[in-house]
Amino acid sequence: MLGRTANDLFWMSRYIERAENIARLLEVGYRIALLPREGHGQDEEWQSTLRSAGCEERYLEKYGAYESADVVNFMLFDADNPSSVYSCLAAARRNARAQRIALTREMWESLNGAWIEFSAKNPAKLKSNELPPLFDWVKDRSALFRGALLNTILRNDTFYISQLGTFLERADNTARILDVKYYVLLPHNELVGGEIDSVQWAAILRSVSAHRSYRWVYKDSYKPWRIADYLILNRQMPRSLRSCYEEIVSALDELSLFYGTARTAKANRCQELARETMQLLAMGEMTAIFQSGLHEFLLDFIARNNRLASEISTAYHFTDDAAPC
Amino acid sequence: MPRAFDEMNGYGGEVREPYLTVDRWLQSQQVEDLRRKSCEAESLFRRTGITFAVYGDGAATERLIPFDIIPRILSASEWRRLAAGIEQRVRALNAFIYDIYHRQEIIRAGRIPEDLIVQNAAFLPEMMCVEPARGVYAHVIGIDIVRTSENEFFVLEDNTRTPSGVSYMLENREAMMHMFPELFARNRVAAIEDYPDNLRLTLESMAPAGLDDEPTVAVLTPGIHNSAYFEHSFLADQMGVDLVEGQDLVVTDGALQMKTTRGLKRVDVLYRRVDDAFIDPLTFRRDSMLGVPGMFDVYRAGRLTLVNAPGAGIADDKSVYTYMPEIIEFYTGRAPILKNVPTYVCRKPDDLAYVLEHLSELVVKQVHGSGGYGMLVGPTATRDEIDMFRMLVKARPDRYIAQPTLALSTCPTLVEKGIAERHLDLRPFVLVGDRVRLTPGGLTRVALRDGSLVVNSSQGGGTKDTWVLQD
Repeated sequence: MLGRTANDLFWMSRYIERAENIARLLEVGYRIALLPREGHGQDEEWQSTLRSAGCEERYLEKYGAYESADVVNFMLFDADNPSSVYSCLAAARRNARAQRIALTREMWESLNGAWIEFSAKNPAKLKSNELPPLFDWVKDRSALFRGALLNTILRNDTFYISQLGTFLERADNTARILDVKYYVLLPHNELVGGEIDSVQWAAILRSVSAHRSYRWVYKDSYKPWRIADYLILNRQMPRSLRSCYEEIVSALDELSLFYGTARTAKANRCQELARETMQLLAMGEMTAIFQSGLHEFLLDFIARNNRLASEISTAYHFTDDAAPC
Repeated sequence: MPRAFDEMNGYGGEVREPYLTVDRWLQSQQVEDLRRKSCEAESLFRRTGITFAVYGDGAATERLIPFDIIPRILSASEWRRLAAGIEQRVRALNAFIYDIYHRQEIIRAGRIPEDLIVQNAAFLPEMMCVEPARGVYAHVIGIDIVRTSENEFFVLEDNTRTPSGVSYMLENREAMMHMFPELFARNRVAAIEDYPDNLRLTLESMAPAGLDDEPTVAVLTPGIHNSAYFEHSFLADQMGVDLVEGQDLVVTDGALQMKTTRGLKRVDVLYRRVDDAFIDPLTFRRDSMLGVPGMFDVYRAGRLTLVNAPGAGIADDKSVYTYMPEIIEFYTGRAPILKNVPTYVCRKPDDLAYVLEHLSELVVKQVHGSGGYGMLVGPTATRDEIDMFRMLVKARPDRYIAQPTLALSTCPTLVEKGIAERHLDLRPFVLVGDRVRLTPGGLTRVALRDGSLVVNSSQGGGTKDTWVLQD
């Protein structure tokens, strides 16, 4: 496979995953905006939504203040915001179009169809009661694309590299959602925690579509340390850091198997890095993580995750010049 | 202009034999149903991304070529005659290019003027005495043919550089079979779906001699912004080979290599959809970002096959075209089976005088133009347009040729006001490798505007599925 193809596939998967996560974040923010609140709260909520999506600064530059309609518009439709759903779908489609031949017809049609439909939407004409269905629509399209990919793509480097893009992005998103709200998960909060906190906890779970499954797994009401455990260490939870790393390690192993004799020191290094992070999660315990600092743990994880992404792009010649391996 | 021959209705008499079942089917359909089907086809095309870019049109970068659901049909005997003519022509074209880049016998024999070749921008002196695999230069050719009556076909152009449109030919058929299976049950339509296989076989058969493993084939595209990008990716996908850009290729160790996730991999046959001038900045245009530095040296050394060969464009130059009857006779020893359109070459003083006198009756084309840009269709042109062309032709007569306005055949077509006759042409696609492979039919292009004779997609033309019926 061409290095450029690998790069485009990797980013195509990342952008689709990102679009879905943005939609989910918006869904939660929007839901909280509808709840009756006292005093502050709404601004803070939108602020953390924007922060989780990594576009707070850009938003403030443009609007200065937190308004539901502005935030929603900025995160859904704004072409100047590289993390808006619009920009993500545009970028994913651009990558896909450049690599049509690496995609199955089903994958291309689901992605191209999503782009055609979304780009035809007129934000000015959107009524507020059309927003929740639109968030669902974005999630549906992402699911449709993932489904098409899983059902039709050859199990070769195309597949493994797409998987890497998806799960590196997902791990990054989950870690950032947690980090933006880590303070509501800190143990002392349980003592002072009232209704507000339980809304916040539910919001965290909702933003990774886990508010129902949580109860099946823990058979308990929302507890901050359990929520953290669920999103970080639990391997049943498909958006947990642990789950993402199971997938990443497996994709890297498969990729290296697929390439057989052509294994390189750099490829080995990727596998080692991924395994190391995986070990941290597999051996980790929430009490210890809280003791040494949840925020620090998450920051370290995000940095590791980024490092792995960049090592992968070097090891598999995503963009480099003619260096023979 | 005389009344045009209609492919379905002749000159208005009885429905012609090949169209009988389609005519009966059309009679049984409501125009609204046809229109609905037509919309269905359009959304099918849009979803699969069969689009092309229009140059000089900033906003709409991706457009669909309009597709007409009424097929264009050729009988088996009509096709046999065309096929024989096409095969004769592509053999002559290749023999001609070989000769031009070797001993130039045809010039020595005084059959065509020397300056026509050596002064020609499409002639590449760098190609002199280069030995391409099997002596073939033009491997992928599209021959533009028009029909003017029951039995008269003319070749309008030979496209020996990078003819496009074959993906539309294939996708049009897919759409038709998907939407109107009943028509295919009632007609024995020759299959065309093996084109990608034939293309791959042709390319593989052209691999440099002496490889000790299977040849690696790739398709070179200028990139996603090229008007024919869809086709490039479509063909690479259908053949199961990599689609590369210049940035993916590098010359090392005397070989062309592509940059893969596993390091470098040698490429043996490159189906390049990049023009000659851009393939190698070290040999040709230095500002080219689309090509690969050093690629031409690898080619000259016989370690790479480029398809089509650089310099093959000398055979589709419009002023060389006028000599095609002589060229065919010279290399095949036989009279051409397919006729040329009589052509006035403005570089000849007599022809120039005639052209300037008769601009309002003629079609004037640039010698090096393509895509229907910069041409004058006399009978439908305004006075201003004619005056402008008079100036242009006078200033640089060597850049223009002119042809009588042919009464191109028509075919019933679904347009806004219902079903009406529209003019069309035909571009069969032919492959020259270890043997000649010709796909039955080709791409039918149709001028959608009433009375228009310009079928180019860049000028608002559409396409139709093209059927060759089997006996």
